Amino acid sequence: MSFPWAKQYAPTNPFMRWMDEKLPLPRLVYNAVGAGYPVPRNLSYMWNFGVLAGFFLVLQIVTGVVLAMHYASDATVAFGKVEHIMRDVNWGWLMRYAHANGASFFFIVVYLHIFRGFYYSSYKAPREMIWLLGVVIFLLMMATAFMGYVLPWGQMSFWGAKVITGLFGAIPLIGEPLQVWLLGGYAPDDAALNRFFSLHFLLPFVIAGVVILHIWALHIPGSSNPTGVEVKSESDTVPFHPYYTAKDGFGLGVVLIFFTIMTFFAPNMLGHPDNYIEANPLSTPALIVPEWYFYPFYAILRAFTFDFILPAKLWGVLAMFASILVWFFLPWLDKSPVRSGHYRPLFRKFFWFGLIPCMAALFYLGGAHAEEPYIMLSQIATAYYFLHFLVILPIVSSIERPDPLPYSITEAVLGSDRKAVLGENAEPAV
Amino acid sequence: MIRIIAILVGLGFTGVVMLAFVTGAWTAATEGMGEETAEHVFHEEAKGPEGGFSFDGPLGNWDYAQLQRGYQVYREVCAACHSLKYVAFRDLAQIGYTEGQVKALAAEWVVPGIDPDTGETTTRPGLPTDYFPSPYENNIAAAAANNNAIPPDLSLMTKARHGGTDYVYSLLTGYEPLPAELREEFPEFETPEGLHFNPYFANLNLAMAPPLTADGQVTYAEGNPDPTIRQMAADVSAFLYWTAEPKLEQRRQTGLWFLVFMLFATILAWFSKKQIWSAVKPKRED
Repeated sequence: MSFPWAKQYAPTNPFMRWMDEKLPLPRLVYNAVGAGYPVPRNLSYMWNFGVLAGFFLVLQIVTGVVLAMHYASDATVAFGKVEHIMRDVNWGWLMRYAHANGASFFFIVVYLHIFRGFYYSSYKAPREMIWLLGVVIFLLMMATAFMGYVLPWGQMSFWGAKVITGLFGAIPLIGEPLQVWLLGGYAPDDAALNRFFSLHFLLPFVIAGVVILHIWALHIPGSSNPTGVEVKSESDTVPFHPYYTAKDGFGLGVVLIFFTIMTFFAPNMLGHPDNYIEANPLSTPALIVPEWYFYPFYAILRAFTFDFILPAKLWGVLAMFASILVWFFLPWLDKSPVRSGHYRPLFRKFFWFGLIPCMAALFYLGGAHAEEPYIMLSQIATAYYFLHFLVILPIVSSIERPDPLPYSITEAVLGSDRKAVLGENAEPAV
Repeated sequence: MIRIIAILVGLGFTGVVMLAFVTGAWTAATEGMGEETAEHVFHEEAKGPEGGFSFDGPLGNWDYAQLQRGYQVYREVCAACHSLKYVAFRDLAQIGYTEGQVKALAAEWVVPGIDPDTGETTTRPGLPTDYFPSPYENNIAAAAANNNAIPPDLSLMTKARHGGTDYVYSLLTGYEPLPAELREEFPEFETPEGLHFNPYFANLNLAMAPPLTADGQVTYAEGNPDPTIRQMAADVSAFLYWTAEPKLEQRRQTGLWFLVFMLFATILAWFSKKQIWSAVKPKRED
């Protein structure tokens, strides 16, 4: 689908015409990310992160396929194979550092993409399906990243895998058999390492598939925009190419500058030193933590320390999964007719002074030692997290009085929408 | 309906976590936030040598003379107990040794081999393609010889500890007798027989005996600084950073080119974006 004024693909080159008849792939690209996709003209740089996430997915697949050529998922040699990549494989160190930091950057841009969605309520009708698919992508990313971190078979790989798979042990009755089945043993070993490698190779392609669905679903209603007002006329949009290819190109450049700095000058900053020690089931690290991008959920897991009817550990596991599953319900929890946080004064206060500090705290606390005052702080942050999405959001959206919206995107950009005021005969403002 | 369920679920999770908070706060209020321990109070943060290392900072680089001195310290001191299993003798060519020197250095080591006539295990002089041999047959032998503490492999040591090279340097120079204040504040704290007090080690008692005990323990070739304990510790720390991160030089050089290219490309992208958008940028009419 597209707006009626979308440009039509009309190849002049005979080969491209021939191609268009046989397999209209160029037409698909033209309509998806080319001049054939009209996009609101007022998108801010917060709308860059979808394209950036796509870039990092491709980077991860490319570097990952090369790394897999030199790796072996055998617990006796895996750690040494990674060192082989770092020392003896031509540019192996670059592949591995780019892959490790690429994972971090993938999560950074995806978190920004998700929080853009929270602030501008991008999840609202008619874009619920885009949002739901997005949450699926995020869950797949978490599974993929978790299994990828196990592959170097360092101390954090091993103990992280043990702790996270141990969570399944908290499920009543079937917990322990389930955990043994998932790991292929009582503790992570060859069986677990082999299946994690297999799945770590598979899941990125599943992610790529869901990304295609995510973009397909996006093209039905078209992109949202910072005003949250839907596109009304041609003057509200510009073609994706060249306008947003140029804007995304600049955004990509800026992010790649940071990525270059991290990969080449601080490649281990986001990692943990313990993972340069080979896995040793007999020696437990002083502090077992996952990768930084899981910290908020790890903090929620550890915040539950009180056995209330159910064991504390089970509460923690339930809360950790629930903390992401609530995102699936946002389109129906937030009933405000206005999308953009710009025009929702009360919602905006809770976003900036509630959700953002809460997430920042959870990010910090998930990496801290499990001791006071960190436990108490993570309990407060966890309480706010659930209150925000499940209690505050539904209530605020029913009681708040939104600010007046602009008539159209054009009016928001130009201060007036001549066509709307003067009718069809007016010259377009563009 | 869904909103009512959501509010109930939200209040449920919040209630349970607040129960945990209240019990935690009660414990903290009645019993304090946990005892101060000697490990907590007397542990010291790693500090590098005065003037730092030549490779500190984003554009720092190796000092080959220092790496070669560090190799000498490893060879004469550390190698008695610690392996370096991810490094091969051929790698020494990267720290300024010539091909002939590498061959000669490798031949100074004895590595396990196989007798070509009988097929029996034997030993032979090292070749550049060999990896540094382990001082012990296996972990059991290593533990038996070292009061049950296995000396860790050093190849990645400077990347496997918080503080990196500074930590290794601090540990090597940080041995001291048990401080009087510690004895006073924590009378129960003691350094068990066979362990050694070192404030830079996480639990303050380290199995490794001080390896560098006297200035001049290693004799440096002429033209090098005096082999004081601090100098030897700095040199071997630098050498161990090279063993952990041998591609540092290539990485930083490549990174610089990448960065210059990315800055240039991004500036071009900025102007092209500006140019493309100039036609539709808001020209406010009212």
